[in-house]
Amino acid sequence: MDILYLLIPLSVVLALLIVGALAWAIFGGQFEDLEREGGRILEND
Amino acid sequence: MNTANNSVPMYNDKVVRQFAVTTVVWGAIGMLVGVIAAAQLAWPELNFGIPWFSYGRLRPLHTNGVIFAFGGSALIGTSLYVVQRTCQARLFGGNGLPAFVFWGWQLALVGAVITLPMGLTSSKEYAELEWPIDILITVVWIAYAIVFFGTLARRKMSHIYVANWFYGAFIIAIALLHVGNNVELPVGWFKSYSAYAGVQDAMVQWWYGHNAVGFLLTAGFLGMMYYFIPKAAQRPIYSYRLSIVHFWALIFTYMWAGPYHLHYTALPDWTQSVGMVFSIILLAPSWGGMINGIMTLSGAWHKLRTDPIIRFMVVSLSFYGMATFEGSLLSIKTMNALSHYTDWTIGHVHSGALGWVGFITMGSLYWLIPRLYGRTSMYSTRAIELHFWISTLGIVLYIASMWIAGVMQGLMWRAVTDDGTLTYAFVEGVKATYPFYVVRLVGGLMYLSGMLIMLWNVIKTMNAGRAPVVSVPPMVAHA
Repeated sequence: MDILYLLIPLSVVLALLIVGALAWAIFGGQFEDLEREGGRILEND
Repeated sequence: MNTANNSVPMYNDKVVRQFAVTTVVWGAIGMLVGVIAAAQLAWPELNFGIPWFSYGRLRPLHTNGVIFAFGGSALIGTSLYVVQRTCQARLFGGNGLPAFVFWGWQLALVGAVITLPMGLTSSKEYAELEWPIDILITVVWIAYAIVFFGTLARRKMSHIYVANWFYGAFIIAIALLHVGNNVELPVGWFKSYSAYAGVQDAMVQWWYGHNAVGFLLTAGFLGMMYYFIPKAAQRPIYSYRLSIVHFWALIFTYMWAGPYHLHYTALPDWTQSVGMVFSIILLAPSWGGMINGIMTLSGAWHKLRTDPIIRFMVVSLSFYGMATFEGSLLSIKTMNALSHYTDWTIGHVHSGALGWVGFITMGSLYWLIPRLYGRTSMYSTRAIELHFWISTLGIVLYIASMWIAGVMQGLMWRAVTDDGTLTYAFVEGVKATYPFYVVRLVGGLMYLSGMLIMLWNVIKTMNAGRAPVVSVPPMVAHA
């Protein structure tokens, strides 16, 4: 099952990238005012 | 037509229109091929002894047609609409790059329609296309990613609406999966060999196959759901906070679940168990998202009675809930021992494909297409109503017959007599399945009829409407 030496590190790297994206979103203020953001798509096109 | 001041940016809705209409056309074609394949399973004489019309070649044509031509076009088209509207920005890449994405994608699909019946295949399920088409798809996909993320970068507000996260994850994941799974050695223009062999190839294949379901047929269409359900219901999503949790939980868990497609194979036992455990965990975010979508109608349930578009969307979420529950159930080794390789799997896939993917697309397009042609509603609402009922009944016939057939096959295959020999020969199971194949064909025919009604309705709407040019709002109220 040599393929696991490729797939598992690849998945771990992906998971780390996802953690990075999540950190960017949290600390970049993406989730500051969620109640308002949910309704904004209804305001205008 | 465009008389507005040139300094005011306009949305690029042309490419959205093109994708929306081709989605419906490809849907009708892909489902027609599926119906033919279903008829061939009931009556093998319908192969007519013609190689390019045989089941083995039509089946991949059907799966590619509905997943990548119908589903893919729907996702690319709606994502390019949603990203513009939620970011209040025109598509990145001028007019050329989006047009390249559209025509490149169509060229790859036409390539599939020509090469698959000719028997040219890399023999990897859902990735049958040979290497020249694989390369074309890669180039088109990169262009699509540039258009999508370029537009996202142009957004006027800092917040990225949740639908874009789902669409973005879908775009990145499909790029990785497509390239990873299709590493192959060409030995001619239309022949290549996979870089992986044996069980390694099986593992890569199901890493691809499972995540294609996860990121194309699930995450992508959830992006569609999180934009078009609030728009059609005129209400914000029930819990926007939960939709964010849904996204992160889903993308963290999905990619580990692939091995459960290979239970009881040469794959190491612990790998199978890891896949099973993650698949069961997946139920939590899936049902959270389903409940979130359905509860968006809380306080406006009457719309289910009056608006067939809303009904399409809510029923699609019900099928999403059903199919994800069934998926977790079938990933348990004991269940899998009964269900795997039977028609139950086919029933499961179609509960997700016809119910969830098909219905959310149809609901979203019924909302979107009139707006792309300067109208507020489709040409005929009664036709939408008819489409809804004929398709819903079709799905019920389809999945119920495959459930019964699957359980029956599983029990027949494992039955042993007192002396330890098999009770039934394989062909006896095939014979017993015949009536269920006929019922399934009827269900498929009904679903296809619904799609043809939609095609008629779309053509009438296009003829009755006029494509407007919509300007990007100058400033958001609160940046």
